[in-house]
Amino acid sequence: MIRYILKRLVFIIPILIGVNLLTFALFFVVNSPEEIARLHLGDKRITQEQIFAWNEERGYNNPLFYNSSEKGLNKIQKTIFYEKSVKLFLFDFGVSDSGRDIKYDILQRMWPSLAIAFPSLVVGVLINITFALFFVFFRSTYVDYVGVIICVALMSISSLFYIIGGQYLISKLLHLVPISGYANGYDAIKFLILPVIISVIYGIGSGTRWYRSLFLEEIEKDYVKTAKSKGLSESSVLFNHVFKNALIPILTGVVVILPLLFLGSLIVESFFGIPGLGSYTIDAIQSQDFAIVRAMVFLGTILYIVGLVLTDISYTLVDPRVRLK
Amino acid sequence: MFVFLITDLFFFIVIIALFSYIFYVRKTPDLLDTWSYVFKKKTGALSILVLSFFMIIALCDSIRFKNKVYDENNKKYSYTSEISSLLDIILLPIHENSEKSYSSPFSSKLYSKETIKVDKDIDKRIYPKLEYKGNHNLYSDKNTHNIYITIIISFVKTLFICFFMYLIIFYKTLFKNFNKITTQFVKNKFIFLSFFIILLIFISLYDLSIQYYVLGTDKVGEDVLYKSIKSIRTGILIGTLTTIVMLPFAIFFGIFAGYIGGFVDDIIQFIYTTLYSIPSVLLIASAILMLQVYMANNPTNFENVYERADLRLFFLCMILGLTSWTGLCRLLRGESMKLREIEYVQASQTFGLSKISIIIRHIIPNIMHIVIITVVLDFSALVLAEAVLSYVNIGVDPSTYSWGNMINAARLEMSREPIVWWPLFAAFVFMFILVLFANLFSDVVRDAFDPRTNKNYE
Repeated sequence: MIRYILKRLVFIIPILIGVNLLTFALFFVVNSPEEIARLHLGDKRITQEQIFAWNEERGYNNPLFYNSSEKGLNKIQKTIFYEKSVKLFLFDFGVSDSGRDIKYDILQRMWPSLAIAFPSLVVGVLINITFALFFVFFRSTYVDYVGVIICVALMSISSLFYIIGGQYLISKLLHLVPISGYANGYDAIKFLILPVIISVIYGIGSGTRWYRSLFLEEIEKDYVKTAKSKGLSESSVLFNHVFKNALIPILTGVVVILPLLFLGSLIVESFFGIPGLGSYTIDAIQSQDFAIVRAMVFLGTILYIVGLVLTDISYTLVDPRVRLK
Repeated sequence: MFVFLITDLFFFIVIIALFSYIFYVRKTPDLLDTWSYVFKKKTGALSILVLSFFMIIALCDSIRFKNKVYDENNKKYSYTSEISSLLDIILLPIHENSEKSYSSPFSSKLYSKETIKVDKDIDKRIYPKLEYKGNHNLYSDKNTHNIYITIIISFVKTLFICFFMYLIIFYKTLFKNFNKITTQFVKNKFIFLSFFIILLIFISLYDLSIQYYVLGTDKVGEDVLYKSIKSIRTGILIGTLTTIVMLPFAIFFGIFAGYIGGFVDDIIQFIYTTLYSIPSVLLIASAILMLQVYMANNPTNFENVYERADLRLFFLCMILGLTSWTGLCRLLRGESMKLREIEYVQASQTFGLSKISIIIRHIIPNIMHIVIITVVLDFSALVLAEAVLSYVNIGVDPSTYSWGNMINAARLEMSREPIVWWPLFAAFVFMFILVLFANLFSDVVRDAFDPRTNKNYE
């Protein structure tokens, strides 16, 4: 088991290097730092000195890969590639283009993100499974048929509609919770309730359909026929046999996104003014702060890969037939 | 003079590909069987009908030309820099003129009060009348009566059109086989009825919007209905162009990795795992940001606003395609690995068929069902994604008509009292209709093509 995990971790390294090279190419080779500086300074009549100063301040003035003006190790270390890309491996995200410490910001902002994403996930999964079991129980009837149609309709509505509509209805017309904002401690609950509800409702359509198809796939299997021919009731087969076996794909589907919860949701957070990583990313995109976007790309990749490894491990824990080698 | 922007050309390629696929299906009996399952299902037939209406609108919007104007000074004809499409010409009575600012649906007045000089010293704050629409009732002075009469007239028009179409179909089939006609008619009654309803909606909307702003006007007084219709092209383009961009990558790499295996497989797997590991929003955001920098620094490369907006749309599709080919590639790799071991492929290998001809003759036809399911499934997701991306400012160009841009602009007016709801409403409804029918379509297509589907429950 431990050997397997170590082996997986070794496989991660080339992927991280690949992602690193890709982001590096995207951010520094496609456009030169000078062009980025020109965009940031904005003004048409900027001088070369201003650009130089802006780049100097952020360390973009070094050569890309090889600094021939330095000596010894500095030839490699005093380059953009080393300073901006290699250091990401040490979780040294550096300083954002507006001069803030990115690592500090990330550590501060991941908790509000988690405070929305985690309850949304848990409540969402529970509700979706309930609905899916309900539809599967009434499969091949009008209940199921209408339910699936409603799910498709819910899926077809833009996420922006749920957010805007929810804000308007709950906050503006009914004045139940504040429209947006955030507070620390227990006060946060009144700010978090609406985003969580909206995220859950948004996920109902696709989630219920997905779980329903998992259950239906399971219900076709031979052990279900055996259980039924033993004389077990429909509900006992569904809840004791089908549900338990379908939990395996459900669990692995949940585990893979667990680490990504830290990243939060881009639009929900920015609509509700929650100071999480999602709104952090959006702000960075809108103010064209490339240092933050670069850091988030790297962080997102790591979290995703961690999720994959966790999925593999959770397989062995819940399904004794799976052995990792 | 016809003008072809780059997305137009690609959209024509999409249409040609679509038609050649239809032609191919008609010649292949088992594919014909699968597709006739889609057509037989009511949801399938209905969604194909609705989607083809949307496609026709998008196609009309892709045929563009520059207008000829007579120049008084030089005494000769010249072309304007303005580019208009066939759709613009058809909808000319709707969008010819624009008002000053917001006005609500079917209203005859502006939405906000203005100070108007009544007399020399008396200023009055009133809602000014709309200039072009809302005050020119054709049939009756009373607004509601006028609307009803217009709809009834459109109903009659639709009835006539459908009657003539029915006659043509009837006439054509009359000489072949009488029995066939009756069965066909019974079968197609549902399709015919839905066609009638869709046509009725279109014609009455058109007739109404000549007299009214059916969905109101936006901040600069433009008809919201016109804007929503123009946005159809952007939505469809993002849904289809992206797949056209991604398919060659996915199919080529997927088959090579799966069928040839070995070292090639390792490299391709590494490439797509790397791309797949990056959260797609972030990858899209980074790529679009870089595009923005490039465009901001090289403004001379683009001839005019249209070309610039068009190029950005094209690049958006490219980027979306490059980020989304990995999922399909993975599926295709697995499938072709399975196919490699199957007896008929092994047999053709022993007969000495070259790898290329095995891929073309055996592998590609047998993975096509996965390709079709994925393409159809992705379409609706991409249309929805456009709105979100535009909200984050990494979507289409702000000057392009798109539902995302409409939502983004209207969002800022949410705090206004009383609320300006119609631009949001229009964008969401149009997007909902397109995505809903795309989803229904993809459901039926998946049922038809997926061998694992259990037809008892679906």
